Parts: sequence; C-alpha cells; structure tokens
Amino acid sequence: MPDLIEARGLVKRFRKVVALDGLDLRVPAGQVTAVLGPNGAGKTTFVRAVATLLRPDAGRLNVLGHDTARDTMAVRRLIGLAGQSAAVEPTMTGRENLVMVARLYGRSRKEARQRAADVLERIGLAASADRPVKTYSGGMRRRLDLGASLVGAPRLLVMDEPTTGLDPRSRTELWDAIRDLAASGTEVLLTTQYLDEADQLAQRVVIVEAGKVIAEGTPAELKSRVGLDRIEVHTRDAAGAATAATVLAALGAEGDGVEVDLAMRRASVPCSDGPGLLPAATAGLVAAGVEIEDLTLRRPTLDEVFMALTGHHTQSPGSEGEKGRPKRAHTEQMGPKQMEGALR
Amino acid sequence: MTTIPIATSEPRSTLNANRGAPFPVATLTITARAVKKSIRTPSIMLGGTVSGVMFLLIFRYVFGGAVAHLGGLSYVDFVAPGFIVTSVLFGAMAAGTGVAEDLQAGLVDRLRSLPVRAASIVTGRVIGDTLLTSWGLVVTSAVAFAVGFRVHGGIGPAIGALGLSVLYAFAFCWLFAALGFFAGSAQGAQQLAFLVFPLSFVSSAYVPVSTMPGWMQAFANHQPVTAMVDTARILAEGHAVATALGHGLGYYLPASLAWTAGMTVLCIPVALWRLQRS
Ligand SMILES: Nc1ncnc2c1ncn2[C@@H]1O[C@H](COP(=O)(O)OP(=O)(O)OP(=O)(O)O)[C@@H](O)[C@H]1O
Ligand SMILES: [Mg+2]
Repeated sequence: MPDLIEARGLVKRFRKVVALDGLDLRVPAGQVTAVLGPNGAGKTTFVRAVATLLRPDAGRLNVLGHDTARDTMAVRRLIGLAGQSAAVEPTMTGRENLVMVARLYGRSRKEARQRAADVLERIGLAASADRPVKTYSGGMRRRLDLGASLVGAPRLLVMDEPTTGLDPRSRTELWDAIRDLAASGTEVLLTTQYLDEADQLAQRVVIVEAGKVIAEGTPAELKSRVGLDRIEVHTRDAAGAATAATVLAALGAEGDGVEVDLAMRRASVPCSDGPGLLPAATAGLVAAGVEIEDLTLRRPTLDEVFMALTGHHTQSPGSEGEKGRPKRAHTEQMGPKQMEGALR
Repeated sequence: MTTIPIATSEPRSTLNANRGAPFPVATLTITARAVKKSIRTPSIMLGGTVSGVMFLLIFRYVFGGAVAHLGGLSYVDFVAPGFIVTSVLFGAMAAGTGVAEDLQAGLVDRLRSLPVRAASIVTGRVIGDTLLTSWGLVVTSAVAFAVGFRVHGGIGPAIGALGLSVLYAFAFCWLFAALGFFAGSAQGAQQLAFLVFPLSFVSSAYVPVSTMPGWMQAFANHQPVTAMVDTARILAEGHAVATALGHGLGYYLPASLAWTAGMTVLCIPVALWRLQRS
C-alpha cells in the first residue's frame, strides 16, 4: 500500500513569504493524520498542495502514490476536500449542492441523486435537505461542506481546520463523524491549531512551523517529548503540601519530577497519563489525610509544545512575534530570556 | 441538533467510480449552478435589468427632447439599440463579481479539487452569465418597445442584431470573468463598474459621437461598444442611419466581431491561468 503522503523538500513562496520551506514528510496510510501549527505556519498551503490546488515551486509531493504535479487527475479522483470555509452554494438546497458535486465527480444523474441522499442521511441533514443552504446554521453548513467532500466516497478526506468556528457541541459531533469515517476505511488528513483536537482525533500528528515539519509522531510520543501532564494539588497548610508531595512521588514511574512549594502550599507531579492517574492520586491524598483546597490536572498546550520544541511561543495574531519575521525553529538560537522561559 | 450518524460503513471508492465529469457535462453542471443562483437572487436578477430600464426611461423622456441630428431617427429609435447593447455590459459585470465571490467563498477551491478540467469551471460560469445577460437583453428590448422603439430595418436584421448582442455578451462575460480573478474580493469586483461606465457612456450608445469633444471622440470611435451599438443600430434601423454614424455596416460589423473575437481569445487564457494559480 502506498504512503498516504510523501513530501520531499516542498517549497512554496508567495512573493517574499516562504509558506513552505523545504517540507519533508512521510505519512503511512491507515492513520488519521493531523497537521498542527500556529497561524501562518503553512498548514493551509500544505493542504492545498495535497489537494492539487497549488503547485509547489520545488520538491515532490505524492498522495497515495500519485504525483500531485504530474498525475493531478488521479489524485483528484481519490480525494475530497473540505476547505477552511464552508464552500457551499447558499442559494441552492443541501441536496442540490451534493448532487452538483457528485455529478462533477462523474456520477450519473441517478447515481448522483442516490449518493446525495445517502450522504444527507449520514450527516444528519436529511430533514433539511430541500431547504436553501442560506437558511442553514453555521454548523449545518459546515456539515454540508463535509458532506460535499464525502459525496465522491473519497479514499482520502482532506480537511482544513474543520472545527474552527463551531460551538463545543458541534465540534464533538464532528469529531465523532471523523472517527467513524476513519473507522470505515477513509483516510483523513486534517489541520488544526488545537493540540487537544489532534490528540482526540489523530493517530499521527505532524507539527509544522514556518513551513517546515519540526516534529512528528503519535500524540503520546510528542507529548512525552514536550512535557507531561501535571497533577497539581493545593493544600490547606504547609504540612499537607509536604505529605501530598510524598503521596504524589509514590504514584507514578515519572514521579521523580515532583515539585513542592511549601510557602504556596502546593505540590505537583508530572505524569504521562494524567486522567488515568487522577483517581489514584485523589484516593492516595485522601487516604493520607491531606486536606485538599484544589486539585487540578494540567495538560500541555500547543503553546507549551512549541515552547519545548522551538524555544519560543506560537505566533498567534496579536502576539508580539507577529510583526517580525517568523523566527527559525532552532533551539540553538534561544536567547537568554527564552531559555529562562523554556526552563521554567 | 442530533448527533451525526456516520457509522454506516461503505465500500471504498475505486478510481473508476470518480472518473470525473467529461468537459460538456462539467461545464453544464456549473452553468446550471450559476443560473440557479442568479434566478434565486432577486438583486442579481432585477439589479441590472431595473437600472437599465430606469436609464432607458430617463434618457427617453428627460434627454430625448434635447438631442437632435440623428439622421432622421427619433431619439427613442436612436437610443434603444444603445441601451439594449450596453445592457450586455451591465449584465456581464455579474460574471466578474461572481468569480470574485466564488473565490472568496472557497467554492473555486472545492471545484478545482474535483476531477474536472479547470476550463469547465470558468466556461460554465461564463455560459451561465451569458444566458442571464441574454435574458436582460430580452427584457430591455421589451421595455424599449413599450416606450415607443420601433425597428425600421426589417425583422430579420433586428433579430440578427439581438443574436450578435448575445455574442457580444459572451465576450464581455469572458472579459469580466478574467478581471474577477484579479479583483481579490466581491467588493473589489464592484469596482469593475469603473470600466463599464466609460465604455458605455463614452460611446455612440446614448448620443452621437460627433457631439463629443475631439479627444473623447477618439476614444469613443475606437472602443468595442461603439462598434457593437452601431452594428445593432444599422441592423435595426436600416442603412439610412449610417450617414449619421460615420460608417456603414461594412465597417461596424467586422469591427465589432474583431473586438468580440479579440476579447474572447485574450481573456480565456488569462482567466484559465489565473484560475490555476488562484
Ligand atoms: N495566496 C497567498 N498570497 C500571499 N501569501 C500567502 C498566500 N497564502 C498564504 N500566504 C502566506 O503564507 C504563509 C503560510 O500561510 P498558510 O495559510 O499556509 O498558514 P496556516 O498555517 O494555514 O495559517 P492559519 O492557521 O492562519 O490558517 C503565511 O505567512 C501567509 O501569509
Ligand atoms: Mg490555514
């Protein structure tokens, strides 16, 4: 079975901006893959290259064994694209939208109608199928957009930030939908800015920054490279904090990282599986008679992942790094201030 | 909202199932979408037509009395072919705003990711907009007749003029579609009006070119709309009117066809090139 994605030295420039800067990536088929990165990292550019929408200035990109530049049509037959915005025609009904896309995939009229009906059922829009899309809610449009990318029964579903702009509930619904698709054999490549989304959905996470892959692996691998979950307990008094520290230290294999701050009456321990360890931690603390003020599970954020991998914060809009050129992703270049941040 | 039931597994598609729509099918599918959109958007359907009709009424009744020397034609007979042909420009502008809108909405990305020839995406759009513009032609002609316009050159040539106008519409739709790719946004594409106004007003459409200042005549005499309007005018009103226009059909018809061919031949590759790197 060919690799899902095979990218070699992919370069894409937009005038002065280098959106893809020699991106190398090999992703085997059969795993939901999430491309994770901050604003401007090159996620959309990469996904558009995978979907044959833009031609790289240099490098090679194979999708399921087909070269995107030379074998464009073969790639297009295999993929379904759900872009960063819901690309559906508002004046047409949900059904008309799907029939149109199915027709363009080359299905006969009858087949297209059948495919559209099936997909509408599957995305839970059968009841609203014959209403103009302009009467749909944002979440419904997003689902229809997903439907349009599924109507060709693609081997690979490509999604650019699928859950951006959705409320938490629609978001989990979409997650479920993506999991089901993957379970039924559809390959999924998606981009996201959220670590927890990658964690929830993907078996393989690719972290992109400044047009390069800076880390890659399973969510667990990445998190262990990056920093672990932390169980943190605030106690009523300093003695409690000391007891808590010993309880926590006895808990896990990673227990050697226990931190205790008696003045703040606080103790914390790093662990790879926070949610799994939390009940034991709670039970242990209660059994030791520690009076708990607050007990929290802290998980690494995307920002912390970046901090650990690159030595600087993600450059989200409004952050100070935004105006300047993106810094190179090398830890050797950390300044004293960033070093301090990384070690904290 | 209910949960999304996507549990049903389905067979993986093979390459063959998505062989991609052949060019004519893809083109007509996209045409159908453009037509549906316009029919269902009253502002598109009426916008161009209403403003065209309003202009026609204003010109007919407000300026009508002030313009003379029309080669024996009443003002309404002089100006109606001008209005009918320039309605093509206003209608074709929708191709530009439409392209810009589709780009902005990501619809162009979706269509380009499908296994169809890129040319069908723009061609479908242009054919759809040509059809709508032709509808505008019919409405404007009907209104012109209602306010007193009559043909004096025979029904056959008049219908020929209408047919040529559809051809002109096709060329202008390509022009505006190509420009729509450069507009950046739907709002940006509205600025295409700044191309439409000089082309339609600084032409023979509403007043004889000979009444304009010399430098303006130079422009008016060498731009497509004048050639197109005067072709239609001579066909609809007979050859007598040619004396007031400066040239005869033997000049305007080939000129208008040359402009039509030139615009189309130039704009198709430009539109396709921009589409590929949109
Ligand atoms: N069409 C374009 N013209 C000019 N610059 C572009 C274009 N597309 C992307 N860029 C630039 O390339 C870089 C990468 O952009 P890209 O959209 O791939 O980032 P992204 O990771 O998808 O970001 P976001 O999370 O904001 O969607 C950015 O600096 C962006 O400004
Ligand atoms: Mg993006």
